[in-house]
Amino acid sequence: MTGAQAANALFVATILAYAAAMFAYAVEYAFDKRAPKRAKALVAAGGGAEDAVESAASGGGAEDAVESAASEAPISPAAARGAGRLGLVLTYLGTAALAVSIVTRVVYTGRWPWGNMFEYTVGVALAGMVTWLILVANRTVPRRLGLFAAFAVTMVLGTSVRVYTEAGPLVPALDSYWIIIHVTAAIMASGILLIGCVFAILHLVKRRFDRQVSDGAAIRFPLNVAERLPDATVLERLTFKIHVFAFPLLTFGIFAGSVWAHFAWGRYWAWDPKEVWAFIAWVVYAAYLHARVSGKGAKANAPWIAILGYAVMLFNLTAVNLVFSGLHSYSGV
Amino acid sequence: MTATLAPPPRRKAGPAKRLRSFARRWWHQLTSMRTALLLLLALALAAIPGSTFPQRAISSVDVADYYTAHPDLAPWLDRLWAFDVYTSPWFSAIYLLLMISLVGCIIPRLGVHWRALRAPVPDAPRRMSILPYHRVVEGDLNQSRARAVFKQRRWRTAVREAEDGTVTIAAEKGHLRETGNLLFHTSIIFMLVGIAVGSLGTWYGNRILSEGKSYCNNLQQYDEYGLGSWVEETDLPRFCLTLNAFDAEFTDGGPTAYDADVSYETPSGDGDYDLEVNHPLNLEGTNVFLIGHGYTAVVTYTDRYGQTQTLHQEFLAMDAALNSEGAFKFPDVNVDPATGVVDPDAEVGFDAILVPTFDDATEMLLGSEPEPNNPVLALTAYTGDLGLGDGLPESVYAVNPDQIASGGLEQVNDQVEVIGVGDSMTLPDGSSLTFDGVEQYAVLQVRHDPGGPIVLIGALLLLGGLLPALAVRRRRYWIRWNPDGTVETAGLNRNDYDGLDEECDELTALIAGNEPPRTDNDTHDDGDRA
Ligand code: HEM
Repeated sequence: MTGAQAANALFVATILAYAAAMFAYAVEYAFDKRAPKRAKALVAAGGGAEDAVESAASGGGAEDAVESAASEAPISPAAARGAGRLGLVLTYLGTAALAVSIVTRVVYTGRWPWGNMFEYTVGVALAGMVTWLILVANRTVPRRLGLFAAFAVTMVLGTSVRVYTEAGPLVPALDSYWIIIHVTAAIMASGILLIGCVFAILHLVKRRFDRQVSDGAAIRFPLNVAERLPDATVLERLTFKIHVFAFPLLTFGIFAGSVWAHFAWGRYWAWDPKEVWAFIAWVVYAAYLHARVSGKGAKANAPWIAILGYAVMLFNLTAVNLVFSGLHSYSGV
Repeated sequence: MTATLAPPPRRKAGPAKRLRSFARRWWHQLTSMRTALLLLLALALAAIPGSTFPQRAISSVDVADYYTAHPDLAPWLDRLWAFDVYTSPWFSAIYLLLMISLVGCIIPRLGVHWRALRAPVPDAPRRMSILPYHRVVEGDLNQSRARAVFKQRRWRTAVREAEDGTVTIAAEKGHLRETGNLLFHTSIIFMLVGIAVGSLGTWYGNRILSEGKSYCNNLQQYDEYGLGSWVEETDLPRFCLTLNAFDAEFTDGGPTAYDADVSYETPSGDGDYDLEVNHPLNLEGTNVFLIGHGYTAVVTYTDRYGQTQTLHQEFLAMDAALNSEGAFKFPDVNVDPATGVVDPDAEVGFDAILVPTFDDATEMLLGSEPEPNNPVLALTAYTGDLGLGDGLPESVYAVNPDQIASGGLEQVNDQVEVIGVGDSMTLPDGSSLTFDGVEQYAVLQVRHDPGGPIVLIGALLLLGGLLPALAVRRRRYWIRWNPDGTVETAGLNRNDYDGLDEECDELTALIAGNEPPRTDNDTHDDGDRA
């Protein structure tokens, strides 16, 4: 097996592991019935304390419609949590396989692995999942939400397949140590912002769910899935924290890119389509940070701005590479 | 408002005052966060057309192509500055408003921040229990130890003693956040100044230079150039450049390295440099960049009297495989050496396509590899009047199409003739064109941008300000020794912040000594303070 084949096999293994993990998380999400009311406790309690918490929870807890349905559930909460643990293990394994896949490519090509759109997108997926695993490891987010993170990351990996390029050498303009600085920063920012975008969406869903509940409206699928999400305010603050962390990285990535543009193309900024859309993304994220402190109405809209920001990032990654002609030409794509 | 609502007779609301109040209202509106938010989103929106329409500043050729493709639409778009988005009045208006709003935001905040830095830390409210963090500490806390801890942890403090014997130490931390925030916002303006200085003081020139050729730094010698408003032609530094050799390396049909071996002569000394992409050459404060490359075809024309002329003609790449287009023009040939009579209709021109690797096995003319492994020229010859003398600018990469259309030039061969290196194409009058070989050329860009360093410093300041602006939290902590012997502590967040309880608990523990603090939980403290 050549290095490229090994890298590809590991890549496929990652997708399979994430798909299985998604299924496992979904089981935990659906059947671990104490989850919604005790989101806070779950975050606070250590792994060892979980069983104790559970026995307390299964006795009490609010008995709403969903709760009573739970007693007829085919899977016990303890088994559901087992599935969640399995999901986490699978996520770790898949992420490790992805990292090894990238390293294999480095060894095989003898160069830094961000040479084309496929490699970039895979990097974003890795950065996103590592961000997620860190959040789970320090108990900032409950494990069962891995369902959504695994889904988002798998979508990114699936997209990357569409722009798959054989591992090959780099065009001269990319042959620079700035590729490490600029592209790594951009990949990390995109990966972290992906998770931020997931939280922004979850927040909006939960908010809508809460509104329906307080309106007394009947809650149907798929909105009833939001039942088990953490508090809307908790999700909103998570969204904010992640964006606050990613924004300086994004800023740094753009600056590093323009320093590189100076060396490679003779000017640091010339409104190349990639530069235009990076600028737009940056301005939208700056708007998000402002919206959060510009009064109640603006704060309520802030998650939408965050999602808009990620839409711009995705547009910059896909459409700008494939549709517009500019200097950001990657070999193959 | 109106005079009836503002009774003092000596200060009647004249037009001046109304104007002032109107201006003040708008100023407040403009410098509000909400306006900044809207302007930011407007700026994002306004930047979009610059990526969907070709921009003159990037490529005037693309704009011309757009005109050809959409002859009806293009003039209208042009009237809306769609081809000059980033210098258009509407784009400028948005960012100027944003800058005004920014200045209007920064200046008052500077004053507030300056005063806050020098003011003593405010005292706690009389009833400390209304604060988000509040504990009643059992046992004693040592005052001097408290001061030592604050000092060691670099909290700003203020000690207050009331008449009834109450002692309060107020401590505060995190002014760096606002400092960073102001630095961040100010550096945006700083960067903009750099960009403005750059666009006024910049100049650049692009030059295609074949192997073995030289040129000197003046505007006549550039294929394309631009000067900022502050720059005179005579301001350009003096230097000359020679391209000794150019080397392009290809792997699997893709370029992997370009290497231009150049020599330079400047008033302060001469030298050689290995010019590569990502490694510009700095000459007299000006950077020379390698931004492209291509092929130069070398041909010899032997006219009907046996006189020869050799031409090194640069070709323009049409695709990634470097299939290139170009033209050979011979305006002063076919002059009878015996009589010296110039026949104005005996000029010769060739439109040509240069294929670096021609594949004989296929029907296709264009090759798929950029290396010059089997170069051929595909030629169409014209004789007549090339139209070079009419003073109009024309492309060096094509025989004048107007002359062909008007019949001033006559096409010689109906079928394109393909010749390899060493081969000749013979015209009916007995003259011939021989393909001598292929050389490489480099595209050099020489650019001076005095704003660059300013923008770079601004960018570093921006990042340096952004990190504390986002990471630092401003918070306050108080200890109060009540006359009745009880000790209370309290804490307050000035920013959205999670760890207040933990931090305050830790401070209390430190002050109390190494043993864990014996504290009483107040009702306020647990739960989610979102
Ligand atoms: C080019 C325009 C602007 C950009 C790119 C920009 C960017 C930013 C960024 C990235 C932050 C985040 C730092 C933080 O959250 O502390 C921020 C914060 C802030 N900006 Fe701006 N800003 C701009 C204009 C303005 C204007 C015009 C105002 C005044 C109305 C303003 C007022 C503020 C304030 C008060 C904060 C602090 C928010 C907080 O405490 O969290 N900004 N700005």
